[in-house]
Amino acid sequence: MNKPLITIGVTGLNAIDSPGPGVAVIRGLREATSFDVRIIGFAYESMEPGIYMHDLIDRTYQIPYPSAGADVLLSRLEYIQSREKLDVIIPNFDAELYSFIKLEDKLLKLGIHMFLPTISQFEERHKVNLSEFGKKYGIEVPLGKAIFDSSEIFALQKDFDFPMMIKGKWYDAYIAYNMEQARTYFNKISAKWGLPVVLQRFVHGTEYNVTGLGDGNGNTVAAVPMRKQFITDKGKAWAGISIDDKKLLAITRQFVSETRWKGAFELEMMKTSDNIYYLMEINPRIPAWVYLAVGVGQNIPEALTNLALGRNVEPFTTYDVGKLFIRYSYDMIVDRSEFEKISVNGEL
Amino acid sequence: MKINENLAISESGFLFNPTTGESFTVNPIGAEIIELLKEGKTDGQITEMLLKTYQIDSQTLQKDLHDFNDILKQHQLLEPNE
Repeated sequence: MNKPLITIGVTGLNAIDSPGPGVAVIRGLREATSFDVRIIGFAYESMEPGIYMHDLIDRTYQIPYPSAGADVLLSRLEYIQSREKLDVIIPNFDAELYSFIKLEDKLLKLGIHMFLPTISQFEERHKVNLSEFGKKYGIEVPLGKAIFDSSEIFALQKDFDFPMMIKGKWYDAYIAYNMEQARTYFNKISAKWGLPVVLQRFVHGTEYNVTGLGDGNGNTVAAVPMRKQFITDKGKAWAGISIDDKKLLAITRQFVSETRWKGAFELEMMKTSDNIYYLMEINPRIPAWVYLAVGVGQNIPEALTNLALGRNVEPFTTYDVGKLFIRYSYDMIVDRSEFEKISVNGEL
Repeated sequence: MKINENLAISESGFLFNPTTGESFTVNPIGAEIIELLKEGKTDGQITEMLLKTYQIDSQTLQKDLHDFNDILKQHQLLEPNE
């Protein structure tokens, strides 16, 4: 049977120690059974490893940083579209999602489909608003507060107690054991990611993550829970195992149906020793470990692409339990001329 | 208490709890006890069977079995009867 050829733009090609999801997403797309793909990579920097993975990515274009704004991004995407005829774009970074969501209608007019959460879903689940989110949907979340000045930490320490988590609005999280550390992390994070910085009550337990896909009508199309087996110093899973935790899956379905979540997501959960699950964070995109979901039978990038194109997608009902992913790093040898092309022309 | 029904145990004594993702290894006697628990045997029945197979006095066996059960409980591998 002839499968349709779909051209898909993918971001998040920084397959480094704290990897972007792009390479894993592309591996899933390459294994899709319902279509063939031509992959166009979108990179921010010329050292993103995915750019040079020619067996996975057909062509890469540099795109402007989110700080440049949606108009600059649109103009770049119009140029890329004139050459590549993209059918779908899958953005994979939290920080770029806002611009892509804003551009959804304009990109659709160019023939580019996406399957992203709405602006209100995106804002509501933001870690700055997580406490209100938990109250609204009846999901247990740790006490949290967004602050704009390090002096606020002193006043809040009776509510939060040490250790406490200090989190950046986009990335980074540190455990502070005393006031001095809390102030240092506040300054470090605010310098890098801006304000506000989020204080969150520290929850001791075991980390579990769920990756999934909501159809926007309250239905869970995919959901695979994973226990982190090996964690890097940045808190990222370097290995994990698929599990069958009914409670975790019930919380996931509750999240999708209550919010009518549209698009991919990752729930970061903490399970305490008395079996209480706290929702620590909601990432409004596919996570870097998504290839585990593909490997256990739920090809989330493929399903998301089909939903973006308006095709009917049957929800996944099973997956293999007890399968591990183990990440590794790999040295590629790259000719200088390739580095030159992406650096000078912004294309490779 | 009964053993977690979903618990997977291999001949090598490797245990995997699919609910939590935790894994453990037990020695051959530990594996034998877990298999007996999975078959629904009570502590009394297990003691009786092990006494027939191994050269051990009843008091030591009961104490060891009690300790082993405590470890299983601690790791949430035993759950209350319905």
